[in-house]
Amino acid sequence: MTVFEKSVSGRIGFKLPESGVRFEKMDIPEHLVRTRKLGLPELSEVDVVRHYTELASKNYSVDRGFYPLGSCTMKYNPKVNEYLASLEGFTEIHPYQPVESVQGVLKLMYELKNALCEITGMDEMTLQPAAGAHGELTGMLIVRAYHLSRNDTKRTIALIPDSAHGTNPASAAMAGFEVVELKSTKEGLLDVEELKKHLNDRVAVLMLTNPNTLGLFEKDILEIAKLVHEAGALLYYDGANLNAIMGRFRPGDMGFDIVHLNLHKTFSTPHGMGGPGSGPVGVKQFLARFLPVPLVRKSDNGSYYLDYDLPDSIGRMRSFYGNFAVLVKAYAYILTMGKDGLKHTSEMAVLNANYLRKLLSRYFRMASDRTCMHEFVVDGSEFVKKTGVRILDVAKRLLDHGVHAPTIYFPLIVHEAMMIEPTETESKQTLDRFAEIIGKIVEEATNNPDLVKNAPHTTPIRRLDDVTATKNPIYRYR
Amino acid sequence: MFPYVPHTEQEIREMLKAIGVDSIEDLYKDVPMTVRELNLPNGLDEFSVVKKIKSIAQENVVVEKEKVFMGAGIYVHYVPYVVKVMASRPEFVTAYTPYQAEVSQGTLQALFEYQTMICELTGMEVANSSMYDGASALAEAVLMAHRINNRKKVLMSEAVHPEYVQTCKTYAQGFGLNFVSVPVDESGATDMEALSKLANEDSCAVVVQQPNFFGVVEDLKRVREIAKDTIFIVVAEPISLSLLEPPGSFGADIVVGDGQPLGITPNFGGPTVGFFATLEKHVRKMPGRIIGQTKDVEGRTGYVMILQTREQHIRREKATSNICTNHALMALVNAIYMSLMGPEGLREVARRSYANAHYFAEKLKEKGFKLRFKGPFFNEFVFFVDENYPHRWKKLFEEGFLAPLPLEWFDRRYKGLALACATEVNTKESIDQMVLALERGAR
Repeated sequence: MTVFEKSVSGRIGFKLPESGVRFEKMDIPEHLVRTRKLGLPELSEVDVVRHYTELASKNYSVDRGFYPLGSCTMKYNPKVNEYLASLEGFTEIHPYQPVESVQGVLKLMYELKNALCEITGMDEMTLQPAAGAHGELTGMLIVRAYHLSRNDTKRTIALIPDSAHGTNPASAAMAGFEVVELKSTKEGLLDVEELKKHLNDRVAVLMLTNPNTLGLFEKDILEIAKLVHEAGALLYYDGANLNAIMGRFRPGDMGFDIVHLNLHKTFSTPHGMGGPGSGPVGVKQFLARFLPVPLVRKSDNGSYYLDYDLPDSIGRMRSFYGNFAVLVKAYAYILTMGKDGLKHTSEMAVLNANYLRKLLSRYFRMASDRTCMHEFVVDGSEFVKKTGVRILDVAKRLLDHGVHAPTIYFPLIVHEAMMIEPTETESKQTLDRFAEIIGKIVEEATNNPDLVKNAPHTTPIRRLDDVTATKNPIYRYR
Repeated sequence: MFPYVPHTEQEIREMLKAIGVDSIEDLYKDVPMTVRELNLPNGLDEFSVVKKIKSIAQENVVVEKEKVFMGAGIYVHYVPYVVKVMASRPEFVTAYTPYQAEVSQGTLQALFEYQTMICELTGMEVANSSMYDGASALAEAVLMAHRINNRKKVLMSEAVHPEYVQTCKTYAQGFGLNFVSVPVDESGATDMEALSKLANEDSCAVVVQQPNFFGVVEDLKRVREIAKDTIFIVVAEPISLSLLEPPGSFGADIVVGDGQPLGITPNFGGPTVGFFATLEKHVRKMPGRIIGQTKDVEGRTGYVMILQTREQHIRREKATSNICTNHALMALVNAIYMSLMGPEGLREVARRSYANAHYFAEKLKEKGFKLRFKGPFFNEFVFFVDENYPHRWKKLFEEGFLAPLPLEWFDRRYKGLALACATEVNTKESIDQMVLALERGAR
């Protein structure tokens, strides 16, 4: 039942204090005053609590169980970080307060930025972007500004591997680049020969995810960086998969010029049903003057300030300074983990992925034979041919077993793909159990395929008709 | 060893053995170089982290709610405690994008209901399930207008929040759009004569803010008439929409804004949430995720993400936008707040804000201050102080007030002007005190 159907005319859930100021007739031209009643629900506080508790009970979440969505890094979200982000000294601060009165928030941002620069091997960073893809767009606009600043106006091409995240081409296109896709090798790596063919004086940037979406480390990265730079282009690092290498390798040392991070992935700030995230962008010194304004800086006397004096800046990516509350959580996470913990995190993420990969290779072919990093991709095409059960069906059947399904049908270069990222916060027992469930589903697919094809059976709702939902869309309650 | 990572030494050994390698190093053999140790401290315990971050929080000055007289994009309102409690449920907080609809009905239904509420507020036909914030939502709206008519001249009212305008210009760099600023008239509203001279068949979009950056209520009816066949974009303040005729009634094509006033604390400016609503005929050009209602195999009502072909999944470089992670949790906060307040509660918040702002303005006038504009206003207005105001504003802060915003921060032309704001959190006493403090300083 929707919140609107639960509405009872005359109910209200909140009372305002008495006011000493009387409301007189409004001095606004009549035709600009609302006449139609606002169609919001009318509920008491207890109605509201029950409605949203009911909705909460219909959601799967990391706190409830295993959430192996590939490329999403659904790790555990430490509780204490929620508390810290909710301190009044953070939540009740207006962005336009005098700078002297917000030294704490600026200090936190400054220290976080420095820690992230250290982790990525970058020189300067903006915390403004609100999400990874927002960071990608920021980075691509920096690429554009850089080439234009050198009057190099021919560089209109962004090279992007066919295994890239879907937002990469979209971000590049939004920054005005023409997207040229690079075919991967059979192994799933960037094809250096293919890259050489495409590098010329029209190429502005190569966008790379490393490890890539197949979970493989681009082992030729040093040569790739050299080739890209010799061609006068920049190298962009999509940090979505940083969880595999944090504390062990720094993109900046490998030749990347620009990096975006996903604090909600690598630094464990919760994903919040799809946001808010945070997508800081770090750059090498020669690109620092193009970063969005304002930048947080520290003056000689030790005070912090917001620097708007960047004449070459690409401008502003949003209002104010970024998703500050998210930054608090990432900062707390970095303090808690420290250099030793961050490194341990990556190593355990990689260990978990390789372990689960090994367990699942009993049932499925893997999309690549190489050692994986923090995630891996199952190639389900043989399984589908043999059983007639689709990977989508396997995903739905997993829901019946109380675990979330992996990412499916991505990356696009693998047919019937299932992309699995266990993350470091999952125990060996969880992975063993997941592999057992997969084994059971594979058996069902052979002996009782209809059971799998009609899954899920035990979820709050069963398989939904999304074809009709898109063909005859219902956008709102009426 | 680390509370968030469960592996014991014994388990690590077993797992390595199962994989068939000797050590963790073997798993990293594809990586051509190992970095030196990170220059960061080792990890801390929870007690130390809490202590450190609490002390950082205490370095910030929290102004008493009733003594905040500044808005300019972030507004202080009462946020009922229950809003925070419900929105903090881990089933919402630690869930992700609803890729598996069967186990995400909570998220999906909440966002579907949110979309409905945004349609109600704005008077539009379809809303998406959130954008990052008001500024980036406007930037996406401008790009969407360009997708619709392929024109390049954007007529931007000078009374749109300066940070929103800057964001639009940043986003539009790759598309060669040309922004033309439309001045305001003596009433503080967008100058209709200037607008009609500028609007022609080359105009991609006309953008106004309601109420505008100076607090003045725009005559959307006139703007629509003048804008003719260009895309009409309105940036709206959501609480005012419970008193003002919604932009949809005047033929707006796209309505965007920031949902912060609807139950979200200021958070030093983020996260907030952008709302984005349009007409059904434009829906396939719209950025962001949309949740639709459908049925399951047993005929029960359920919800799914729809129209995903516009997104990054297919035809990637042709996507309507690159937005992926959005601000769903903050949209949920908006939905919970609106569910709790209902039409009457929201209207009461708006009426109190209106009443307090007008009382504030009257008191200022009594003390000899003059308002800069004569147009009708909602909860914000501009008045003359003096050239020394930015300096004095800091003094007022030391006295405990977040006083009206010195407008010259945004433009030298606004020297000596202040942008005042009042909402339901201000009291008669706090307004009187603010007026006295402003008067004291003026002497």
